[in-house]
Amino acid sequence: MKVAVLVKEVPETSARTRIDSGTLRLDRSGAAALNPFDAHALEEALRIREADGDGEVVAIMMGPSGAADSLRKALAIGADRAVHVVDDALAGSDLVATARALAKAVSREEPDLVLLGQQGGDSDGAVLWSALAELLQLPVVSQAASLELADGKAKVKRQTEYGYDVIEAPLPCVVAVSDAINEPRYPSLKGIMGAKKKPFDTVSAGDLGLSADEIGEAGSRTVVLALADPPARGDSVRIEDEGDAADKILAYLSERKLV
Amino acid sequence: MATLVYLEDHEGELVKGSLGVLTKAAQLGDDVAAVVAGSGVKELAPQAGRYGAKRVFAADDPALASPLPQPRVDVLAKLVADEGFDTVLFGASVLAADVAAGLAARLGAGLNWDLVDLELRDGELVGKRPALQDSVLVEVGWKGEPRLAIVRSGTFEPSESGGDAEVEDMAVEIQDFSQGAAMLERAHAESEGPSIEDADVIVAGGRGLGSPDRFELLEELAKALGGAVAATRAVVDAGWYPYATQVGQTGKTVSPRLYIAAGISGAIQHKVGMQASGTIVAINKDPNAPIFEYADLGVVGDLHEIVPKLTQLLRDRG
Repeated sequence: MKVAVLVKEVPETSARTRIDSGTLRLDRSGAAALNPFDAHALEEALRIREADGDGEVVAIMMGPSGAADSLRKALAIGADRAVHVVDDALAGSDLVATARALAKAVSREEPDLVLLGQQGGDSDGAVLWSALAELLQLPVVSQAASLELADGKAKVKRQTEYGYDVIEAPLPCVVAVSDAINEPRYPSLKGIMGAKKKPFDTVSAGDLGLSADEIGEAGSRTVVLALADPPARGDSVRIEDEGDAADKILAYLSERKLV
Repeated sequence: MATLVYLEDHEGELVKGSLGVLTKAAQLGDDVAAVVAGSGVKELAPQAGRYGAKRVFAADDPALASPLPQPRVDVLAKLVADEGFDTVLFGASVLAADVAAGLAARLGAGLNWDLVDLELRDGELVGKRPALQDSVLVEVGWKGEPRLAIVRSGTFEPSESGGDAEVEDMAVEIQDFSQGAAMLERAHAESEGPSIEDADVIVAGGRGLGSPDRFELLEELAKALGGAVAATRAVVDAGWYPYATQVGQTGKTVSPRLYIAAGISGAIQHKVGMQASGTIVAINKDPNAPIFEYADLGVVGDLHEIVPKLTQLLRDRG
């Protein structure tokens, strides 16, 4: 069983992220990390490999060269191999342009299963898997709260607005997992040391056979026009608990006649 | 602008969110059509006229019986190709988001999602999308056609303008790979668990509780406040608390007078279900938790100490 896991790098949650007012793109110059939602997809892939006793987990990332460290972290956690799609021509790719590049990278691997996390931790994008599956012409199931593989099929418990569906799809297929599907492991020291020896491919848009008009801004059909301030929520108060937080909460609620 | 609105259905009714989007589309222009896609949905089609659709396409076929996205991509792609729609709008849902993204990829079209407003500016469609935990509002547009958009749930209220729609039957042709996924078991409405939608006060818990039995702390606080207990998706998926109490994108949307979030990081999935609450109090150990960005009172501390103390203080007041 070969599992491809798509990962991305996102700004650290503690970093003050901003959108560059000149380029109108996310400023990625601050501290960054592996998208926490993708850690669940990676964990699920590792469990499948472990249950299988055989197989391979390939982590695939599209992102600038500086994002390589986050992809190495996926190797340290346990992926067998990494593919980094990096090219200046990819900058500014929207959903469909991104899906085109990733679809090419995935199809080269001919995986039995493609896993994604529930959303990007930065853009809150939660639609990539469906665009990717369309381009790969594979079945897709999203919002997986559990995933079982048997008899060449993936059985997924999908959460929707109405409860849980059970959906079955033949392999190969694309599955997007929820962040409740598992508890991701941390990289071990051995894993971190071993990661340096694992295969790490860097591929360009050209290597994937992508033309300039399919990717980047040229290949994107959405544009960011401007930035504006969101409607204000009013003043907010922040306190640190010094043993008296409960009293302070009560005082706050009483003042506003909420109790 | 020739607009097509995708109308989602559930248990014999058109979903409110998609009717809200249809209402908005009809306010932006009068060349508005809608599409229903399912099995036995033709009888729902005429209702779309009341919300502003001039034409409604009915893709009524047993192959569309399950709420799965890929066969619906086939239906919409054909409709856009045959009828030349330049704009296709969706109300956010698990199903609609997957349909929209698949359609965008098939058509090579631009898709903007999570929009909280749509307007015409000099004849051009402009969407507004909150970003970076809603700390900034991004104005987005499209290059070329069709323009695809997903509107954040609860953004537009449906309102009836009282028109009639012409219903047109559609032949359904489905691609092989679109039929790969099959529904073994459908979700059914859960009747168990308390109703949180009407609660005046909600005490909600997330993964920060640490274990399912800690919900007792929240139940006691809720009792002292005369409120109900809610949960995040993560703990509902983990089986800690009933699905009926889930607040968020795939759960309930609530707007109580007071919302106390304990051990909830406040990811967007949760936020969209509770941001309309009157006063939001958040208790979390992690000072960087996104929920502090939109809480009225943010308390950095251990909920396991603070919540029981607060319950006791409330009881002492009698």
